[in-house]
Amino acid sequence: MSQSTKLPLYITLATFVLAFVLCAAQYPAMASTRVVANLLTDNAFLGITAVGMTFVILSGGIDLSVGSVIAFTGVFLAVILRETSIHPLVAFALVLLITTGFGAAMGGIIHYLEMPPFIVTLAGMFLMRGLAYVLSTESVPITHEFYDWLQSLYWKAPGGGRFRLTGALMLLTYVAAMIVLHRTRFGQNVYAIGGSAQTAQLMGVPRARTTIGIYAVSGGLAGLAGIVYTLYTSAGYSLATVGVELDAIAAVVIGGTLLTGGSGFVAGTFFGILIMGLIQTYIVFDGTLSSWWTKIVIGGLLFAFIMLQKGLGWATTARIRLLTASDARS
Amino acid sequence: MAMPEPVLHARGISKFFPGAIALDDVELALYPGEVHALLGENGAGKSTLIKCLTGAYTRDGGTIALSGVEIDPRDPLDSQALGIGTVYQEVNLLPNLTVAENLFLGRQPMRWGMVDHRRMKREAREVLRDYGLDIDPGRLLDSYSIAIQQIVAIARAVELSGKVLILDEPTASLDHDEVKLLFSVIERLKGRGLAIVFITHFLDQVFAISDRATILRNGRVVGTRRLADVSQTEIVTLMLGRQLEAATHHRAHSEPGELLLSLKGFGKGGSIEPFDMEIREGEVVGLAGLLGSGRSETANVVFGVVAADQGTAELRGRGLRITNPREAIRNRFALCPEDRKTDGIVGDLSVRENIILSLQARQGWHRPIPRAKAEEIAQHYVKALDIRLASLDMPIRLLSGGNQQKALLARWLATEPELLILDEPTRGIDVGAHAEIIALIEDLREKGMALIVASSEMEELVAYSSRIVVLRDRRQVGELSGAEISTKAIVEAIAAEDAA
Repeated sequence: MSQSTKLPLYITLATFVLAFVLCAAQYPAMASTRVVANLLTDNAFLGITAVGMTFVILSGGIDLSVGSVIAFTGVFLAVILRETSIHPLVAFALVLLITTGFGAAMGGIIHYLEMPPFIVTLAGMFLMRGLAYVLSTESVPITHEFYDWLQSLYWKAPGGGRFRLTGALMLLTYVAAMIVLHRTRFGQNVYAIGGSAQTAQLMGVPRARTTIGIYAVSGGLAGLAGIVYTLYTSAGYSLATVGVELDAIAAVVIGGTLLTGGSGFVAGTFFGILIMGLIQTYIVFDGTLSSWWTKIVIGGLLFAFIMLQKGLGWATTARIRLLTASDARS
Repeated sequence: MAMPEPVLHARGISKFFPGAIALDDVELALYPGEVHALLGENGAGKSTLIKCLTGAYTRDGGTIALSGVEIDPRDPLDSQALGIGTVYQEVNLLPNLTVAENLFLGRQPMRWGMVDHRRMKREAREVLRDYGLDIDPGRLLDSYSIAIQQIVAIARAVELSGKVLILDEPTASLDHDEVKLLFSVIERLKGRGLAIVFITHFLDQVFAISDRATILRNGRVVGTRRLADVSQTEIVTLMLGRQLEAATHHRAHSEPGELLLSLKGFGKGGSIEPFDMEIREGEVVGLAGLLGSGRSETANVVFGVVAADQGTAELRGRGLRITNPREAIRNRFALCPEDRKTDGIVGDLSVRENIILSLQARQGWHRPIPRAKAEEIAQHYVKALDIRLASLDMPIRLLSGGNQQKALLARWLATEPELLILDEPTRGIDVGAHAEIIALIEDLREKGMALIVASSEMEELVAYSSRIVVLRDRRQVGELSGAEISTKAIVEAIAAEDAA
């Protein structure tokens, strides 16, 4: 990929580094491994969700159902572990199968019925939230020794930071996503469809398979995020993670991915997540600011990044016009 | 001369649309190493033939043999796999991927189950070198000019197909040097034994690069000629089925009528310098000048597309202010813009809806024109302008370019304007429709309409203008009328500024 497409990624990275340095200058404790470890743990489920969202947005789509899918996954796991004696690993496999299948079904509807992803996934959002309510309207605690064991897994870094399993899972997801997006034909097809679905089809990209695959990835990763969320809260609650889909979209956009599709990097999303987490941490450290400031700052950042993309777009067209003009003269 | 066996031999190709025969028993034979031009007026069936050959349309009759074997492509992808590649005027590649990724999409070199980017780039560089391009394939396609993108598209099509290459209007958006670059690529491919179909409106280019030409008219083949043996006139005569009238000399006009519009010191800072202009009923004022001289800007400021910031306007002696197109339309002005695709037609609406659009807009949307009335108006103009279509209900995007242009004209004529402004009315349409539009302009003038016509074709302006305003650097630099009008005088008026 060329310099100009990577520019938004570099800007996101620079924003994160700058913000971190500024925070650490004010509160030196923020540079500790403890804060860094918590940053990863606290944002693991959102980070994993945002990976799926990156696939979707790169293809020019949107997935509004992921927040509900996470809540459904949580309630499903809590209820099934309470009511039956199956092993959590089996339950995990089952729920991943359901959520991946659910995503694939949405992708199929989007492709075959030529429906806008916004509407289809909006319907999916209500459906999953409703299913979660049907299973239980109350917060169901999860008590299982396997859960306790998973939660007890961590690597204690010098300085007292505890890097937990969930954070590692998130990092692994990012690495896997990078490989898939840049090193497989499926990944290339995601970018191709995001550039222009029609042209991609004319060039031989299997559009049906790719679209279904993209939403299956998003659904499956939302399921994985749901599992991580139960490990984080030890409960399943149908009212949980309302609006998480919007946080995920925000992270993707702050990470430099074009909302119109075709351009962006999953690494950018990672730093988008870290920036959002950092703002929250800063507010906790400050202690006097209302937590709503998180939303305000994220709103401002989103706006800034959208303006930046617009500006880069203008700069590119201007450069091409210049190029063409100089071609014509020579 | 003994010909080898044709690479592609299509026989008896027929295609019917509801109410129209698009192709009737068409035969096309392509030999290895030849450039074969496909010629015809708009609507003659060139695009339909190509679509039948590539499987974009299902043909209703006939056989296609590729290297002697009968084929039946399901869709363009299928025909590409069989050996027929197609490149269109609009580059059908992905601007957000790199050049290499575009070349190898769907057949990337793999290593241990992963896309091998390094090898892909290396191979892309080698492939492009065969096409005379030495560019960095790791950069985004978007960062290269249209000509280079076009060549990348050709490279992809040829690498994937390898027997027949169809170029559908590849030069339409290229400038002179870029066309030369493209032609050098075509020559190389010819040397490699490919059969190339070349579709274009530019006859000069046909003679520059093609070996043979097949000419279509009304869905039938009217002749296949070796270009070395024929003249341009002969080809044009075949295309039109009649002799082309030389519409390049100035003919006497009937006397103009009353003064309609008078502009004094009219202009807009940064767009067009203040100018004076008078136009009478039954007069055509031509706007001549080089590209960027202010022709379109003049048309736009008169119509209020950009509001004038100085000067006065009088319509039939009464003061007039035009700050937006709606006011202009209310005063019975009409403007046919330059780019019909982006500014004019609404592709998915029917021909009938497109024709009554402006009339309806002037009436207000709360008073819909009754269906029968709309039908009648549309029918009238379709007949008057000889718009060729299968049905008034078909989406306008299915019409050929020249017919779209005529439908656009019909839209404005339906509002019965007193002043009609045409910006490049003959751009991008073929020679037959061209002559018809010129005849139409003359006809409207004789009926007493006032017209302002901006055009880059001086011969055309000379033919129908009562007076010609010459522009240069967004300024009026001269006005010619009556017997003074000639292409020579226009050129001199443009050049006179240089001497000063």
